[in-house]
Amino acid sequence: MLRFIVRRLVQLVPILLGLSVLLFAWLRALPGGPAQAALGERATPEDIARYNEVFGLDQPVLVQYGKFVGRALQLDFGTSSRTGRAVTTEFLERFPGTVELTIFAMVFAIGVGIPLGYLAARKHGSWIDSTSVIGSLLGVAIPVFFLAYLLRLAFAVELGWLPGSGRQDVRIDATHISNFYVLDGLLTREWDAAWDALQHLVLPGIALGTIPLAIIVRITRASVLEVVNEDYVRTANAKGLAAKTVRQRHIIRNALLPVSTTIGLQTGLLLSGAVLTETVFAFGGVGSALADAIANRDYALLQGFILILAIVYVVANLLVDISYGLLDPRVRVR
Amino acid sequence: MHPRPRRVLAASAATLAALSMAACASSDRDESGGDSAESEGGGTFVFGGAGDPTMFDPAFATDGETFRVTRQIYEGLLTNEPGTADLAPALAESYEVSEDGLTYTFALREGVTFHDGTDFNADAVCFNFDRWYNFEGLAASPAASEYWQNNFGGFASTPDVPSLYAGCEAPDETTAVLTLTETTSKFPAVLALPSFAIQSPTALEQYAADELGGNGDALTYTEYGLEHPTGTGPFRFDSWDQGNGEVTIVKNDDYWGDAPGVDEIVFRSIPDGNTRRQELQAGSIDGYDLVAPADYQTLEDGGFQVLPRDPFNILYLGMNGGGIEGTSANPALQDIRVRQAIAHAIDRDTIVSSLLPEGAEAAIEFVPPAVDGWTEDVTTYDYDPARSQALLAEAGAAGTTLRFYYPTAVSRPYLPDPGAMYEVISKNLTDAGFTVEPVSLPWNPDYLDAVQAGAADVHLLGWTGDYNDAYNFIGTFFADAGGGKMKAEFGGWSAPEVFSALAAGDSEPDTEARGPLYEQANVAIMDFLPAVPISHAPNALVVAENVDGLIPSPLSAEDFSTVTVG
Repeated sequence: MLRFIVRRLVQLVPILLGLSVLLFAWLRALPGGPAQAALGERATPEDIARYNEVFGLDQPVLVQYGKFVGRALQLDFGTSSRTGRAVTTEFLERFPGTVELTIFAMVFAIGVGIPLGYLAARKHGSWIDSTSVIGSLLGVAIPVFFLAYLLRLAFAVELGWLPGSGRQDVRIDATHISNFYVLDGLLTREWDAAWDALQHLVLPGIALGTIPLAIIVRITRASVLEVVNEDYVRTANAKGLAAKTVRQRHIIRNALLPVSTTIGLQTGLLLSGAVLTETVFAFGGVGSALADAIANRDYALLQGFILILAIVYVVANLLVDISYGLLDPRVRVR
Repeated sequence: MHPRPRRVLAASAATLAALSMAACASSDRDESGGDSAESEGGGTFVFGGAGDPTMFDPAFATDGETFRVTRQIYEGLLTNEPGTADLAPALAESYEVSEDGLTYTFALREGVTFHDGTDFNADAVCFNFDRWYNFEGLAASPAASEYWQNNFGGFASTPDVPSLYAGCEAPDETTAVLTLTETTSKFPAVLALPSFAIQSPTALEQYAADELGGNGDALTYTEYGLEHPTGTGPFRFDSWDQGNGEVTIVKNDDYWGDAPGVDEIVFRSIPDGNTRRQELQAGSIDGYDLVAPADYQTLEDGGFQVLPRDPFNILYLGMNGGGIEGTSANPALQDIRVRQAIAHAIDRDTIVSSLLPEGAEAAIEFVPPAVDGWTEDVTTYDYDPARSQALLAEAGAAGTTLRFYYPTAVSRPYLPDPGAMYEVISKNLTDAGFTVEPVSLPWNPDYLDAVQAGAADVHLLGWTGDYNDAYNFIGTFFADAGGGKMKAEFGGWSAPEVFSALAAGDSEPDTEARGPLYEQANVAIMDFLPAVPISHAPNALVVAENVDGLIPSPLSAEDFSTVTVG
């Protein structure tokens, strides 16, 4: 198991190097470049030349890249050209929000998705089955910004039950220690702050969780359908095991293997920032920061965030593989 | 409300008289200021912006989201009358200007303190001007101090770049004397720009405001700009939650003028326009900026107050004068009749009613009506396709092909939908007997580069004014860019009568006397017709039903201290 983990970690190195070259080259090939973005449309060629000189953008590309990698190894991804703060600081401030949102979205997707997928499979061909199949198609197809609009219209504007944007009400005077707002509220015993932060997760969490939910429903359904027809299930039934035992030990445990892979991959995906969801809900996570950075050609922030998120994604995948190994002994043999 | 004179700070070079009108405007504030306001109002006003501010040192800022906040924290020597682009006294109660227009003597307001307790006086004023002029290194880079460089030119450290600034003296506590190296129409209007707000010398020094850092690709702002912005304004900086895009400012209890109507203002960054609207409808915010024209009616029906700003921009169709080497302009445009045919071909009323938000106006010249120097007495070119055809036939240019450049992937306040604008004008030109050859390019940098280099026969572009001086519009476009030619965007037209009229306005030290000179310049421009003015378009703020006192400003320079939440 340890060798397996180490091997996966070593594989990270070429992935990150390749990614850094791609990012570096691609961003610099964009029209306009950092000087135009920083100086605006009224900048003269002289202004741009001076800017490039001050920021070393006139140096050979290889030198620029070498400096970039050297600093990145020390976890220094430079400063954001928009906020002027260290990219690492920005990330640490933004990432907890994305983590909270991901957790909420995945709890929603798993909590609803697995039972629904199981039910659909067990009532194969019934109205529950067809509804959940059509529903999950819709869930994948509906654009997030439109869903966000509808959710906010219903629950924020018309009913007024839930907040429609942000991470916490501006009128709440909350103490932030870790930037995990719900956790901070619990730690500081500011219950109202924790409750408010949790409420702020609901609408973006549902909007974000819809796609994983749809995928989980379909995979659970397919997987359960496959497992119930296996010989060992028939054997278990035939030897007179209680239906509950068959369900829990034989069907669900085996059916959940492919589902756990999906959950892991989806969690990794959501952790890398939900650009659209965070932007339409003005939610201060890494996704909205990425969107700002793209609009402002904030090279340093884009490079830093994408590299860190790549690590997060690869590590999430590693954790999936490990959990898979724990669930299914056959995987460890390899 | 007292009726206020339209021009509060008119300086007379001849009399060197301090202005009593200015004192009158200030007394409006004093009468109702102080304790009386404390018993009413209060509460929090939450305002939604479209993005995050950069930091809060306005000397290094260039964007509207930043200035919206710094305008509440700081004050300049001058400001703008609420709801207009006219100058009004702020930290300077009045000023006198020397006959040659090179020396400005400001009588400063007494009894004003910065938020950190430092006294505001003439030394503080000169400290700020000297600070800006002595920027060096990164602080002097164009990314950092763009407004100084655009308006004052160079620094002490850049002797090869001329500077408008000659020096500042403080003969006594309440008198600041500013000297310039040349007479300019920018003065004194630039002093109302948010970048030239007066900041606390103590705080600037304590938090090393000028020591910008930077590694790799970007500037790093200072502790001063990020955490300790210190001015004299009605609100003090409280906090900036960058992760959530929330800036909080709180009431300055020691403010010299009227106490603010609310205790606290929170500026929230909500990039998505739909989200801003729904958050207002849900009551999470009390107002927001840049209302989509399509939302005006819905919001008004919902009981919200849409507050349109007076248009302070211009959309025009540029024409190539063919005077720039290396570009291939259509020679037919040299004939004034062909240019007049283009001007008569454009159906401005349809454009205004179908492509621009409510409140937009057809333009008869290149400055909006709110600017001094706007006049009705220019040659106007009404929509008249038959006249266009006749003019073209007369010039022997029927069927002339025009390479018509327009941008894609952009929406500007003066040009919300470039593609639709192109469609309408292109149809107009075709109806008038032209052949149109469209060229569309992405806005930045392709389109801007191309049209600014003079590549187009005709092109769409516009401008939003920085302050109320006609030269900021027409001088930027049509002044002699060197060698007796206009800038390349207009194909280097040679129009001596336009150049001399503009120069006369720019070098007139008396702001009162500039108006008529600019009127003459506008007449000369509309006779020569180097481009065709099309429209002025407003944009709007919106606030909830229970919000009072927010006065929309054509310069987007709203003062939030008058806002109350009922």
